[in-house]
Amino acid sequence: MSGGTPLLVVDKLVAGYEPGLPIVNGASIDVAAGEIVAVLGPNGAGKSTLIKAIAGLVPISGGSVTFAGCDVTHSPAHRLIGAGLAFTPQTENVFASLSVADNLKLAAGVLPKTLRADRIAAAYETFPDLARQRSLTAGRLSGGQRQMLAIARALLVGPKALMLDEPSAGLSPKLVEMIFARLADICQSGVAIVLVEQNTRAALALADRAYILVHGRNRHEGPARALTSDPMVAALYLGGVETEGAP
Amino acid sequence: MTPQVLVDGLMSGALIGLGAIGVTLTYSILRFANFAQGEFISFGAYATLLVASGISALIVGSDRGIGELSISPAVIAASFIAMALTAGLALALDKILFSRLRGKGAAISIVMASFGASMAIRAALEFAFTSRPAYFSRDLEIARPIGFGLKATPDQIALLAVAAALLIGVHLILTRTQIGRAMRAVSENPALARVAGVDVDATIRFTWAIGGALASASGVMLGLLVQIRPFMGFDLLLPLFAAAILGGIGSAPGAFAGALIIGLGEAITVQLVGSEWRAAFAFLVLIAVLIVRPTGLAGRPA
Repeated sequence: MSGGTPLLVVDKLVAGYEPGLPIVNGASIDVAAGEIVAVLGPNGAGKSTLIKAIAGLVPISGGSVTFAGCDVTHSPAHRLIGAGLAFTPQTENVFASLSVADNLKLAAGVLPKTLRADRIAAAYETFPDLARQRSLTAGRLSGGQRQMLAIARALLVGPKALMLDEPSAGLSPKLVEMIFARLADICQSGVAIVLVEQNTRAALALADRAYILVHGRNRHEGPARALTSDPMVAALYLGGVETEGAP
Repeated sequence: MTPQVLVDGLMSGALIGLGAIGVTLTYSILRFANFAQGEFISFGAYATLLVASGISALIVGSDRGIGELSISPAVIAASFIAMALTAGLALALDKILFSRLRGKGAAISIVMASFGASMAIRAALEFAFTSRPAYFSRDLEIARPIGFGLKATPDQIALLAVAAALLIGVHLILTRTQIGRAMRAVSENPALARVAGVDVDATIRFTWAIGGALASASGVMLGLLVQIRPFMGFDLLLPLFAAAILGGIGSAPGAFAGALIIGLGEAITVQLVGSEWRAAFAFLVLIAVLIVRPTGLAGRPA
């Protein structure tokens, strides 16, 4: 378990696109402020569906989601971001037809009017690359810049928790390193992070704790370091190399 | 062919354009072709007629044309009320019909439902107002030279200006305001829009309201320039869709540009070939665009 009181508690969640066909089938996770939790597992384990369901994009048929002490199990997605629970999807995570500036202005819409301009200015300061490209259509950004914009958009509202669906997908190792370093900074500032990843090794290196999902429910969980050195986890998800790559 | 086709073409292009903006917005945001858009046009015209006659009964002299225009203060005031009423009609239709079908899979069932709504509204208008043409004004307007060998009536010039103002207004809403950004976001990616904090239902309601209001304005223009009939909007449906597709689905300026091309093309066709071929031009444009450039003039690749 984590050090502090959990900010986000997901209890025995059942969720799926079609009624009666759950993809997530009783998964439970929790994450505290300032903690990074990785959700790992084989393809089709329901990792993405789990965080999409938490974000309000996939119907939930059982279990509960509690965020900052409130039951948000059936809250509509656009309310969750206002409550401080941000989510960035894996693909199509920026509005390609809108300019970088409009992507950020759109996201700022949930903030009080007086805060919007300051927050956008702060985002440009944090991500100078985006500031230079602000009038460019987001569809013309590089993969790394898109991911930055997606993260900047999610952070704009000053969320308490940030859920990311495979932020490393399709990026070069160097960019992954850069994005993950950013996530570590964000976590340092007290934001809780839930990270769904295929890149198991990199995710375990970054995370404090990890859950391994199989068939939509928890299979293993524990501190990232312990999972990295667990022979079975290593055999299943780290290509059988036990010692290499752990920090 | 006389250069006068320019005036006629621009005029019909402008009123097709106002209706086509509604088509393109509902198509891109709700992802279905709304066949009832034509009836919003007819409804707006009749609503204006009804409200204007009420106003002129209450306020003596309010039905006289302003200056050289045949357009009276009563019609102007009524047209604003009719825009609100038509927006209300669109919202009511969405509430009782389309929203129930949304998210249930088959897009074709929503299209068919809109076809049913189109017939029902048209029949109701015909029942209430008969199929005899009605007019806002019996004043005869004389076209006067406006230079370059062209002639236009004062009404035509005023209405072109109104159409241009409405187009600019819509364009500014779409590009400069939060609701406009939300509309573009929902049209591109509804799920991402939700996680970005956009209230998709509210955005859809705003889209209906704006589409209905513009259709109503288009109906008033058509009523002022030609006549008011229960079929007036339905007869415009093909040009509306041709303009929206030519302009690129989702683009308001594109739909308006497409409408001007359709309007001018129709006017030229009438002059060169004959008035019975008017509708054929829109058909040909529609087919040509779908073959050559399905994304339209301003469209982004799917």
